[in-house]
Parts: sequence; C-alpha cells; structure tokens
Amino acid sequence: MIRDPIREGLATGWKVIDAAALERDLELEADVVVIGSGAGGGVSAEILALAGLKVVILEEGPLKSSTDFRMREREAYPQLYQESAGRQTLDRAVTILQGRCVGGSTTVNWTSSFRTPARTLAYWKSHLGFKTTGEAELDPWFKRVEERLAIAPWPVAPNENNDLLRRGCEKLGIPTASILRNVKGCWNLGYCGMGCPTNAKQSMLVTTIPAALDRGATLVHRAQVARLAIEDDRVVACTAYGVAGNGASPSPHRVRVRARHFILAAGAIGSPGILLRSAAPDPHLTLGKRTFLHPTAVSAGVMPQRVDGYSGAPQTVYSDHFLDSIPLDGPAGFKLESAPTHPVLVGITLPGFGEDHARWMEKFASTQVVIALLRDGFHPQSQGGRVILRTDGTPVLDYPLSPYLWEGVRRAYLAMAEIQFAAGATTVMPMHESRIATSSWREARTAIQDLPMKALEARIVTAHVMGGCAMGPNPRASVVDEAARHHQLANLSVHDGSVFPTSLGANPQVSIYALAARSTTGLLAALGKATVS
Amino acid sequence: MLTRRQFIKVGLGGAFVLAAARFLEGPLAAPANGYRVLDDEAARMLTAVVPAVLAGALPEEAAARARAVRETVEAFDRAVSGLTPSVQEEVAQLFSFLAFAPTRVAFAGLWAPVEESTPEELKTFLARWRSSRFDLQRVSYHALTQLIQASWYGNSASWETIGYPGPPSLEGR
Repeated sequence: MIRDPIREGLATGWKVIDAAALERDLELEADVVVIGSGAGGGVSAEILALAGLKVVILEEGPLKSSTDFRMREREAYPQLYQESAGRQTLDRAVTILQGRCVGGSTTVNWTSSFRTPARTLAYWKSHLGFKTTGEAELDPWFKRVEERLAIAPWPVAPNENNDLLRRGCEKLGIPTASILRNVKGCWNLGYCGMGCPTNAKQSMLVTTIPAALDRGATLVHRAQVARLAIEDDRVVACTAYGVAGNGASPSPHRVRVRARHFILAAGAIGSPGILLRSAAPDPHLTLGKRTFLHPTAVSAGVMPQRVDGYSGAPQTVYSDHFLDSIPLDGPAGFKLESAPTHPVLVGITLPGFGEDHARWMEKFASTQVVIALLRDGFHPQSQGGRVILRTDGTPVLDYPLSPYLWEGVRRAYLAMAEIQFAAGATTVMPMHESRIATSSWREARTAIQDLPMKALEARIVTAHVMGGCAMGPNPRASVVDEAARHHQLANLSVHDGSVFPTSLGANPQVSIYALAARSTTGLLAALGKATVS
Repeated sequence: MLTRRQFIKVGLGGAFVLAAARFLEGPLAAPANGYRVLDDEAARMLTAVVPAVLAGALPEEAAARARAVRETVEAFDRAVSGLTPSVQEEVAQLFSFLAFAPTRVAFAGLWAPVEESTPEELKTFLARWRSSRFDLQRVSYHALTQLIQASWYGNSASWETIGYPGPPSLEGR
C-alpha cells in the first residue's frame, strides 16, 4: 500500500479550500500571498511559512495526489496540464507542456535536474550587467535546494531509450553525461509525466507545499487569479475565481486576499498574464516581452530491438556537445536528451494519418526518441516571443520562430539522425510533416537538407517557458530587480521561470528553485523576519 | 459568404488535442443521444472521418471496428466538453464549416456531405489541408487528426496492436 501524503495531511486538518466549490465570496488576509504552487511558489511558501508568516497559496489547478495518479495519459493530461497538455503558441506552431495542478510543472516533469549553466550566468553578468547572480553567489542556494529536494546522481542504469542516445553519441565521439534527478526511492517506472504514483519524485506537491501546510499556510486550489488591485505603487489585494477543469468559471463567487506582500509564481505565461490584466505599471514596455522556450525538435528512430521507451526513468542521459562547441551568440546551439514514449504522446507527435501513421505506430515498442532543445535568447535574431491577452483576458504566447532558429532545427535534425543511425537505427524520421523516413545517415543527410523549415511543418514542442518578467539591474530592460522585486511595485515579487532574461540552456526547475529560495530569504528581512535555515 | 474574421475563427485550436483521452474508458454503452457537446450532425461527420484518420489502425473485425469508431467519437465528445469555452466554440465552428455546403466544397473540396463521402475522398481532403498554403487549413488538419489519434491511442483497445503493455500494476508491490 502506497501512502498518500496529501490525503494524510488533509486528515490532519490542513487549511485547503476548493475555490470551484465555493458557495459564497471568501475574504482572506495574509502576510504574503503566493500565486502559483509550482517550483517558484512551492519553495517560497515553505520558507515563508517556516519563518512564521501567514501565507495564502493560490493555485489555478486542482489538488491531485498519488492516489489519483494512475499512469494513464487520458486522465493525466486533462487533469494536470495547462489546456489539457495541448497549450500552443498563437500561430499553433509550438505545443507547450506546462503543469496546471498543485505542484505545477514539478508534479508532471521528468525529474531532470541541472544547475543554471555557468556560461549563461556569465552572459547575464557581462551582457546584462547582473551584479549578484553569478555562479559563486548562487552556489549556496543550489546546494540548499539540492539537499532539500534530494537532487543527486541516479545510480540505476539508463533505460534503453536513454542508453541508445549514449551509445550513438559514443560511436561518434560526442560526449554525454548522466542527468541528476530529484527522487527518493524511485521505482524506475517511467510515468513521471503523469504524476508520480509512488511519491518518489520530490516535487513541490510532496515536499514544500505539505511543509507549508503543516505550518498553517492556507492553500486555495482551482482558484484563478483575475487581477491584482493596485493603488499607487502597491498591490493591496488580489481577486481569484473558482475554475473547473475546462477553464470555465463555474460560480460567480470570488476569493479576495489582502496581504502585505505578493509573490507571483504563476509561470512564464501566467505571471505576465496577471500583470497585463492588472494594468501593472510598465513604463519601459518590458512586460511579457522576451519570452523563451527552448524550442524543441524531435527525431524518431526505429531500432531492430525493443526499446520500450515508456518504461524506466524518462531522462537520464544528455549531451551538451552542441551547446558547448558553439559560441553563445553564434548559431543556435542545442541540448540533446531523450523523451519517453507513451501511446498518446507518440500518436500525436508522429506526422501524418491513415496507413502511414498506423505503420509507424506498429513500431511503437522499437521506437527511440531523441529531442534537441534549442538555446534561444542570446543572439540578435533570437529575441523570443511576447505574452499577450486574448479578448477574453486569457494569456497566449506569440512566438514566431525566426530563420535563425529554423537553421538550428535543421542542424538538430541532422545531428539526431546521425546519432540514431550510429546507435543502430534501421529507419530515422524527423517529426516533420514531410514524413521523410530514411534508412541510412547518407540518405537522411540529403533529405534533411531539403526539408522546408516552417511553422506547422516541423513539430516543435516545449516544456520550458522562460522570461516575460525579466530580472535585471536596468529597469529599462527588465521587470524585476536581482532580488526579484518589481521595479515599480514596492510589495510585489516574481519567483518563477518568467524572471530569466534569456533561456537557460538547461531544464529550468533547479534554477527556479534556487532563485526562489534566495529571493524569498531576502524578502524575510524586508518583512521583519529573521532568516530561518 | 464567410467574412475573413469568421473564417479565421473557424480555426480549430489544438488546445484540446490531448484531452481526447479524458473520459475514454467511460461506460461502454454508447450514449443513445447523450453526447455532451457534439450535435447529431457533428457526430455523424466524425463517425465518417475517424476511419479515414485511423485507417490501418482500427481492428478489422466488424463489431470490434464499429465499437472502436464509436468509442473514439465518444472520447472526442467528452474531451471537447472538458476544454476551454473558447476552444469548444472553435470546434463547433469547424463542424459548421464542414456541414455548410458552400464552405465544404470551397475549402475542403468535398462535393458530398462528409458523412456520405468515401474514406478515399476524406483522405484526399485531409491531405489537401495538410499541404495547404493557408495556415488555417493546416491548423485544422493538425487539430482534427491529432484529436482523433489521441482519442484512439488513449484507449487501451489500441495498445495490443502497437505492443504497449499498458502501465505497470502497483498492486502488492
């Protein structure tokens, strides 16, 4: 019998409110309101609650826990992801995977844990004038969150899907390394993306959020923040409404929270969206701008043997060769990882329909998947996208891929195909509507050179939305300062992936944890609390 | 005649694509007239389009095949019902677009109503949208095919053919 720490906690009397089930308006008061319960909100809430502050956490998604996590795509995607895991950019060319549940994306991510790359931090210092966010300054914060969330090398052998990436790279002399993971007693099942059924993954759902609730914090879930009420240079309250799974507001009842300080941690689409809806001051028109994605290209290879990519830890091997060997402001570099295979995910990512598609699906168990995450935001031709509001007030990301990035996608397809053939693939196909299935590296090289690179042809995905409330010392080029405090609003901070001024070049969870831990600890002094360690 | 704005609004969002899986293994008894969002006409059109999109993937035995098609349509319906109101509106508009003869002929190239078209005619229509120079048609192609594919591959009835054993059992571990 697997224990469910959330149901156990609820039985002890945690203050948890379902905003979608409210029968009257609710007025709450707090020292600090945390909007969002993902990587940034979770870490912030725990530190604040442990310091004795009265904390209210507002989360748009539902409270689900291990008992609900049944490893079925048909249940997990609508329940746990933004827009049923089908959120897209404005032109529909990029599919965005983002969590929408208590724990946010940490509840559904693949546990890959990387510190912010040193080159990225050095760039922020040299090009953007950062003064306090270097490798040395962040080191203690990385150590702290790594310890808190059990981030460590994974001692188990990679599954075949990951090992094929390693072997293919090895044949070509491309260095690879092992990915650290945030797990305790992991069963190596491979269903991290559908919520960890054994609570091994040290997501916010089973770590910081329960700790905050144990210390008396209040969690209001299925509560979508409509706007912040701003008076002069302060936020005085925020208003949220209950939302059902489909994003519709089922009741007119609102939750209004007044507080001394507000922390936005609603993710890099949600946080700019809330500020835009609130008509927050934006004197230099930086809000919602320079949003980055690590646009990700996908390549499928059919192996002679079974791969069973749905089984085993989803990401354990990576290569930074195509990042490290390219200057930051040179052609688009990319990180190589593998991606797990599950029937719906593969079914909708494979291009085409009918017999062609069915023949590929028959090779499902022998299919190996490599992904290339493009590093965006460092080159003049990679300025990212922009979060805007639809007429109904919901945020959407306008992110057209530039020719600079399409050139990177083509190089990524080439690199992935060569690696997959080196690993023994009999057929390799980039996930592109042209459906070129090639049977040798030589054939693939020619075919990929001729592929039309444009939106809705190449299947581009992302799970890493960054930017839009950029951090930086220069108020004319950013939204928050290096302490994550808003440049214009005295009692507002942003603690999530939206503060990154460029993409990271690595999966972002650890960077968000570390910055949130530092920013929140800095905030304690401002709120009259001693630091608690 | 559709205005440009109406035409653009017909664009079927992909936002709902994966939600197809949502209630997929609901009660096996088909809701007689009990779809959540699809009207009868949309359900009939989908019933015709599903075998074209899933050609080569559906069971061959007649009863199993009919059941697979029906469950895929039901999954599509339940999925759409769980999507944002704005996306539900887009789905409804796509079906209106395919039902209205002038737009069906002009933009889908289908002379007969969708539910009377042959699988070959429907495949030709989908292929035309796939390679269209209009983003809207390509977006609609992606949405329609991916939603149907998600509806089917979220269904455990599809797993044996593709060699997927299903999620592991945690019982007794």
